[in-house]
Amino acid sequence: MEHLLVPPAGASFLGIPAIIFSLLIPVAGVCTFVYILTRRIAPLVMAAPDPRLDNVVGRAINTVKFAVGQYRQPRYMMAGVLHIVIFAGFCVLSLRSITLVMVGVSSDFALPGMDGFLGEVYGVFKDFVATFVLAACVTAAVRRGIFKPERYAVPPALGKEHTGEAVLILGLISGLMLADMCFEGSLAAAYLQKGMEPEALVVPGTGTWFAVQFMDQMPLAKLQRIHLGAYFAHEIIFFTFLCLLPLGKHFHVITSIPNVFLSKLKKGSVKPVKWGVPEEKVLDLESLGVKKITDFTWKHILDFYTCADCGRCSDQCPANAVGRPLSPRFISVKSREHLYKSFPIWGEPKAKVDEPLIGGIFSEDEIWSCTTCGACEAECPIFIEYIDKMVDLRRGMVDDGNVPQSLQKPLGSLEKRGNPYGIMERKRADWVKEIAEQCPVRVLDPKKGDTAPTLYFVDSITSFDEQIQSIGQSAARVLTAAGIEFGILGPAESDSGHEVRRFGEESLFMELKDRNTEAILESGAQRIVTTDPHAFNALSKDYQGLPKVEHISQVILRAIQEGKLRLKPTEDSAAVYTYHDPCYLGRHNGLYAEPRSVLDAIPGLRRVEMKKSFDRSFCCGGGGLMLFYEPVEETRMGKLRVGMARSAGANVIVTACPFCKVNIEDGIKTSGLEGKMQVIDLVELVDRHLVR
Amino acid sequence: MEILVCVKRVPDTAENEIEVGPAGADIKRSDLVYSVNEWDNYAVEEALQIREKVGGSVTVVTVGDADSEEVLRREMAMGADTGVLLSDQAFKNSDGLGIAKILQGEVLKGKYDLVMTGALADDGAGQVGGMLAALLDYPYASLVNMIEVQDGKLTVGREIEGGNQEVSQIELPCVLSIQTGINEPRYVGIRGIRKVASVEIPVRGAGDLGLSPDAVGAAGARVKRVDYFVPPLGEGAEILEGSMDEQVEKLIDILKSKGGIK
Repeated sequence: MEHLLVPPAGASFLGIPAIIFSLLIPVAGVCTFVYILTRRIAPLVMAAPDPRLDNVVGRAINTVKFAVGQYRQPRYMMAGVLHIVIFAGFCVLSLRSITLVMVGVSSDFALPGMDGFLGEVYGVFKDFVATFVLAACVTAAVRRGIFKPERYAVPPALGKEHTGEAVLILGLISGLMLADMCFEGSLAAAYLQKGMEPEALVVPGTGTWFAVQFMDQMPLAKLQRIHLGAYFAHEIIFFTFLCLLPLGKHFHVITSIPNVFLSKLKKGSVKPVKWGVPEEKVLDLESLGVKKITDFTWKHILDFYTCADCGRCSDQCPANAVGRPLSPRFISVKSREHLYKSFPIWGEPKAKVDEPLIGGIFSEDEIWSCTTCGACEAECPIFIEYIDKMVDLRRGMVDDGNVPQSLQKPLGSLEKRGNPYGIMERKRADWVKEIAEQCPVRVLDPKKGDTAPTLYFVDSITSFDEQIQSIGQSAARVLTAAGIEFGILGPAESDSGHEVRRFGEESLFMELKDRNTEAILESGAQRIVTTDPHAFNALSKDYQGLPKVEHISQVILRAIQEGKLRLKPTEDSAAVYTYHDPCYLGRHNGLYAEPRSVLDAIPGLRRVEMKKSFDRSFCCGGGGLMLFYEPVEETRMGKLRVGMARSAGANVIVTACPFCKVNIEDGIKTSGLEGKMQVIDLVELVDRHLVR
Repeated sequence: MEILVCVKRVPDTAENEIEVGPAGADIKRSDLVYSVNEWDNYAVEEALQIREKVGGSVTVVTVGDADSEEVLRREMAMGADTGVLLSDQAFKNSDGLGIAKILQGEVLKGKYDLVMTGALADDGAGQVGGMLAALLDYPYASLVNMIEVQDGKLTVGREIEGGNQEVSQIELPCVLSIQTGINEPRYVGIRGIRKVASVEIPVRGAGDLGLSPDAVGAAGARVKRVDYFVPPLGEGAEILEGSMDEQVEKLIDILKSKGGIK
């Protein structure tokens, strides 16, 4: 075909045919890119195993919904929409970019099927898309560079702002868009000057159209220079961009789709100490947990590569909110920097690889600060995991004997007495004595044939904490009222070990698990009910081979629906209730609706939602061993949570977890709101409203 | 540096409800859980830290029955190189001097530069460290809360009245009794103990230590315990009654009336 302007494939610079550059640039770019990737893969190969190829269908659905569909992006509306535009633009324009690279070699190149009508439609469509992407990039750059949303800030101790990198990448993307607009626009302008129809349709309003308007009076020679200049600018920017990706946070452009596909499926569970090592061999391992960077699993290292540095995790992190020295975002960012320094692009891995992480890039307090609430993981658009990493790092510290003094006492007590308080085992069922007359509770004794179909697993805090025993007593009354025949294990019960495991003490957890498993199976129960979401999560996710486990909110709702429990109207007309989602009931187990439905079954109860609820619920401060840990913090999570309930207009906070009750109670006291605000457990509330 | 740390197995006061037994000269021992005496644990940690800095070895020793092996294993799981159990029927019911003599036997068998004890034990009288030093004719520093190793000697900090600090130099070999808070003892879990479960722990009796059975145990004891009792409620002691809130109210009133708070 005749060309009004000399196409890149036919041009020459200083006598050298441009086609040489058109071949050289892509070859050099792709080679460099592949080389960098192989360097990035090196630590993955050294890392711990992590099987991630089960349930391929579920994974594929996740990938379509969350990676391709960008489902979590609009949780932050402005940034989310900008991201969706740029991401969608990438998908659409990748075809155009491939075509452009090929056009440098063969002027009339078209992708299969794109040489006819479809190609023309695509040509118009991609002009619009490129225009949107350019607008999104400019908006994003202005937002990052001028308005600087707070969540992108970098604390001075952790280095410089990351704005430069973000704006550079936005600039490169904009450059790609502009280059194509000029490349195509210059050609179209040349045609128009000759009074001919341009080869490609230029629709008013697109970037290409604006480029044409700008260039329509330019002499042909100048158009020719722009045409070729824009082409090679596109080439160079494209391959520079490609090779820059694996050097910084924009690696996510490549890794996030696989990262979502490979993401953890079993919420609430904790990874085994080492995949592939059977439980009975775990304690024989040379070293437990993560101590140096390559002790992480390969997937966790992929997580580090994938982090887009968007700061949503830390924005939601309760530990970060109260000023604890933990920001999940920097767990990823610091690890990535450590990896990049340890495995340089040129040369052998550095000795840094074997440096201990604790005392190096991480501090002890940083790792103990996490309540494992899961807010970060629920927020991350590309499914980066944090809890398993925290647990693995803690396992490493426990293995080295590096445990805060505040936790050593309760751990010792758990080992000796099966509860963190060090109270004698035989007193575990003392809380039933107070209600022995009105509502006798059976302490099961299977050896004497005393069994029950339902086992109420009480766990330590409800058994021993005088402020919390009322939850157990209410549960006993509610279960009795619902006509459920149940018993408790009493002295044979040990702590569920939920936090023992999440605090990295795997050997003690295994001991507690074995004791409980034996006692539960011996009890002959066919179902376990618990009032404690931590016990619920432990028994259903960390234990194996137990009967079905239910949280009492599920049992209560069913009893209400079956007419076995009847609730009377609320008496206090001034009370406004709000439901606080406990992390291990909501986020980790998806039980959001059941407790709310129970509340709504109380006639006349006024209920409001806090801004942060459902999977954005704000952790009360953590359960189990977290009650003993003495964190470095500016305020308490419970206190912030009480403030949130107050701004929602509530004066009664209902929760469904004994630890939430303790922490929120503390929050009410430290906020000086005693008498004005109240906290009550769902079971206690139901107990109060029972029609007996 | 060769270090010997003397440890003791005691009922854990945090995890037991201690009651006086029917005979009156001991506590009820059924249902009790035991652990290593807290002060001794700090002494072992300090010994391990010294070893990490200057090299050498750490040996832990205890006087007791076969059950006492568990505290030796726990300290070995912390990192002590060797454990020695001094056990003999003849050691039963030793007084403080008797225990010091038994320990002296073990010190003389080895070549220790430094001997450490806890400042006192949960169920003890805080006397063994001083007696052991006197028997050995070693210099002695008590209530030590800071140690720096120098050539042939140590700089030690001691806690004295009013929370003040006294710093002294002491020549090696010496005996130190260690105060809690000198360090942060490392954690030992079940796995750690399992790792040292099969390590041989030598047991030495009176004969091995060159002790005459009459010099130690009940036979040699010149201090004998005659009674244990819970003191009767004295004048001025008051147990606050009522709910938690009421008790707090009352406590605040009392503190205000006595000038404790304003």
